[in-house]
Amino acid sequence: MARTDPKKDVVIIGLGWTGSILGMELAQEGLEILALERGPDRETVPDFEYPKVIDELKYGIRLGFMQKPKKSTLTIRRTLDEVAQPYRRLGSFLPGDGVGGAGIHWNGQTWRPLEIELRLKSYVEETFGAATIPDGMTIQDWGVNYDEMEPYFDRFEYMAGIAGKAGNIKGEIQAGGNPFEAPRSRDFPMPPMKQGVDAQMFAKTASALGLHPFPRPSANATQSYVNEYGMQLGPCNYCGFCERYGCANYSKSSPQTCILDALKRMPNFSYKVNSEVLKIELAEDGKTATGVTYFDEAAQEEVFQPADLVIVAAYSLHNVHLMLLSGIGEPWDPVQQTGTTGKNYSYQMNGATSLFFKDVEFNPFAAAGSNGISIDDYAISQIDFAKEGFIGGSYITAGISNGQPIRGISLPEGTPSWGASWKQGIGDWYGHAMSIGSHGSNMAYRDCYLDLDPTYTDPHGRSLMRMTFNWKDNDIRMTQFMRSKIEPIAEAMQPDSWQSSYKAEGAQYDVRPYQTTHNVGGAIMGTDPKTSSLNRYLQAWGQHNVFVMGASAFPQNIQYNPTGMVGALAYWAADAIRNDYLPNPRPLV
Amino acid sequence: MPQFPFHRTRRSFLAGTAAGAALSVLAFQARAQAAKEVPLAEYTPEYLSPAEYAFVMAATARLIPSEGDGPGALDARVPVFIDRQLAGDFGIAADLYMEGPFNPEADPNLGTQTALPPAEIYRQGIPAFDIWCADTQGGLFADLDTDAQDIALTALSNGEVGLSADLREFWSLLLQNTKEGYFCDPQYGGNAGMESWVYIGFPGARGNFDDWVGRQEVYPLGPVNIAGERA
Ligand SMILES: Cc1cc2nc3c(=O)[nH]c(=O)nc-3n(C[C@H](O)[C@H](O)[C@H](O)COP(=O)(O)OP(=O)(O)OC[C@H]3O[C@@H](n4cnc5c(N)ncnc54)[C@H](O)[C@@H]3O)c2cc1C
Ligand code: SF4
Repeated sequence: MARTDPKKDVVIIGLGWTGSILGMELAQEGLEILALERGPDRETVPDFEYPKVIDELKYGIRLGFMQKPKKSTLTIRRTLDEVAQPYRRLGSFLPGDGVGGAGIHWNGQTWRPLEIELRLKSYVEETFGAATIPDGMTIQDWGVNYDEMEPYFDRFEYMAGIAGKAGNIKGEIQAGGNPFEAPRSRDFPMPPMKQGVDAQMFAKTASALGLHPFPRPSANATQSYVNEYGMQLGPCNYCGFCERYGCANYSKSSPQTCILDALKRMPNFSYKVNSEVLKIELAEDGKTATGVTYFDEAAQEEVFQPADLVIVAAYSLHNVHLMLLSGIGEPWDPVQQTGTTGKNYSYQMNGATSLFFKDVEFNPFAAAGSNGISIDDYAISQIDFAKEGFIGGSYITAGISNGQPIRGISLPEGTPSWGASWKQGIGDWYGHAMSIGSHGSNMAYRDCYLDLDPTYTDPHGRSLMRMTFNWKDNDIRMTQFMRSKIEPIAEAMQPDSWQSSYKAEGAQYDVRPYQTTHNVGGAIMGTDPKTSSLNRYLQAWGQHNVFVMGASAFPQNIQYNPTGMVGALAYWAADAIRNDYLPNPRPLV
Repeated sequence: MPQFPFHRTRRSFLAGTAAGAALSVLAFQARAQAAKEVPLAEYTPEYLSPAEYAFVMAATARLIPSEGDGPGALDARVPVFIDRQLAGDFGIAADLYMEGPFNPEADPNLGTQTALPPAEIYRQGIPAFDIWCADTQGGLFADLDTDAQDIALTALSNGEVGLSADLREFWSLLLQNTKEGYFCDPQYGGNAGMESWVYIGFPGARGNFDDWVGRQEVYPLGPVNIAGERA
């Protein structure tokens, strides 16, 4: 039996990065807002307090802050004919759970996409010809351009307090920054982080080779900082327990440090935890949402929460799952190539070369989630796709983010994984290894998508979502190209030894090792309701009072970590809702 | 803070400086601390049966032997850690999706698909592996000499001991849990006296290295644990 609660103006599904931003922006309009978060409440004190958060086993290995597959997971297969199996234990990606979402335990590497990435399909066609796009690749333009997004990147970066060095301010190249980046209206709000020995060595060699090293932009603060909401950050102390952990030090930008205390003071905003939204309810004609049904764990009952406006901010994968369960958009059919919901799921293509120096002390434990030195000389905008035979690009970084020993100690090739030689190896090599990694784009394909699983269900009896995803030749060629660029840099650094790990021809997606939590697509934005789920304001084409945040809107993945774009899109959508939608609720396109 | 010359290894540093002598004292204290715990042989397991415990003792002693530099798994009390993990949420797969149908023979890239939680994988995996040991090496694993144990573990690691698909993860769990017990915070029963951290030079739960980023020097302080103790 479902209880029905009094109507709200706005219901927000999920209180992570995007839910918090939308909560704040819409609360400023005086609307009555309720945010529903499926996980527990979380605050710096007591949840991220020193020293108990410095616990590798509990958080780094047993993943204490992440989603529990028992409660929520999906199934995965590599091809259309494979039988999908449940993602029973987390591995490849680690969705968040609880107030703050993945925003509490991210690294904080905060990038903007390149101008051409937002109009990738047009760029490829205009520059290299439509024939460059292989059969089965379904890349699209985003429907927004970089210039109109620029103020929103700026807004997110100043709200979150990002530390970095601009490389291009209004078209003027800045020494020490990324000369290949899209123009910024001003520099970062904070100066860049300190760099480890590995990053310094990489920077020196990269410069000597004529490349353009710059500090990776970070959401780990380098100064005391107060943002537009009056929230405060303090400088990062390089605790070495960043990614997978909440920050004990009020230094990592997160919903907690940047938004939530200010938001909780707004009398017209409230939130409920342990309240998983099961479905977005639609009006009889299907043209609007009437609210959401959620499971109230405290009361052990389903609740219908009516609302005029539904903000879906549940993380990309859960956004798509809710749309599939709620009948928002037609599901993508990879054979007929019709429908849109679930279309163009994509991921991130990364690789790395490890370098061993027996006489260098890297002190890997003195690290933060985002420090590091990057080069963008092999960015998507710098590569001749016709000549190289692939579409895509990567940024390349040296930056050790932790020295936690259970998570793995890099050992020279040939060292056994157990026994006396392993023990000798960890003693010899802990603190004497570094790596140069490429972080690359992943294109979208007809048969990489999300739909509902025919077999497996969650504790509420809902079908799990099914992911169909595999690595494709185009992206493998891209990462092999990066290997050919990184290995000479590694050699020039003159390590005692080095070894590479990049996906090679025939590589099959493996869900076990952690890769990235950069799951994108499935509810993509665009200019045409036939080929996208959302219009350029993240508004569902078919239900004008449903706005879907998050990286699910990406038509294919960019070469960078997603959250800079996710944050900018949240502000962009919030602006459209505040200034255009609320005065006259309707389809905005 | 003394400035140490660049390009010197931790070992040579330890041997050659006054601070090295201080660190050795710390390591000595760590050992003294560990000795206060019940000896491993007298530990009463929470989950493992005596035979299973004997296996875990014998197997972890080969996975991380005591000989050579640094503590072995037994010195670090890894068997206590494994027993406690199997007795708790980890052992019962409290966080995992455990709804059927189960297809344990699915491609390994699709992740674990067994219906058995980790504690049960140990429970069924140990006797199944022991049968292989008896057939091919002439005795239960715990009773073999160390060379035969190493041969058996190598076969286990290569998937050559005929375990059923449901037990496919037995080796990777055993090795992973051993390393966890070696390097975890001591509150979980392993990493006794923080000696594993001392050995590799990991400072544990200090949580602040602001002064040390980018310095090409040996970090001079020993580890602390979450309880605030020094090694
Ligand atoms: C380990 C890790 C490292 C990362 N590092 C980086 C990085 O360096 N740079 C970068 O750009 N990005 C990084 N990310 C990704 C980044 O965290 C996400 O892009 C960002 O948090 C997405 O914001 P979101 O609002 O879409 O989702 P989230 O912040 O995850 O918030 C979603 C919230 O919705 C809740 N929810 C889900 N379903 C429901 C439901 N049905 N009902 C109610 N609530 C629900 C979830 O519990 C969660 O709290 C990382 C992620 C992880 C896990
Ligand atoms: S590295 Fe810095 S930002 Fe990250 S958790 Fe530690 S103190 Fe916080």
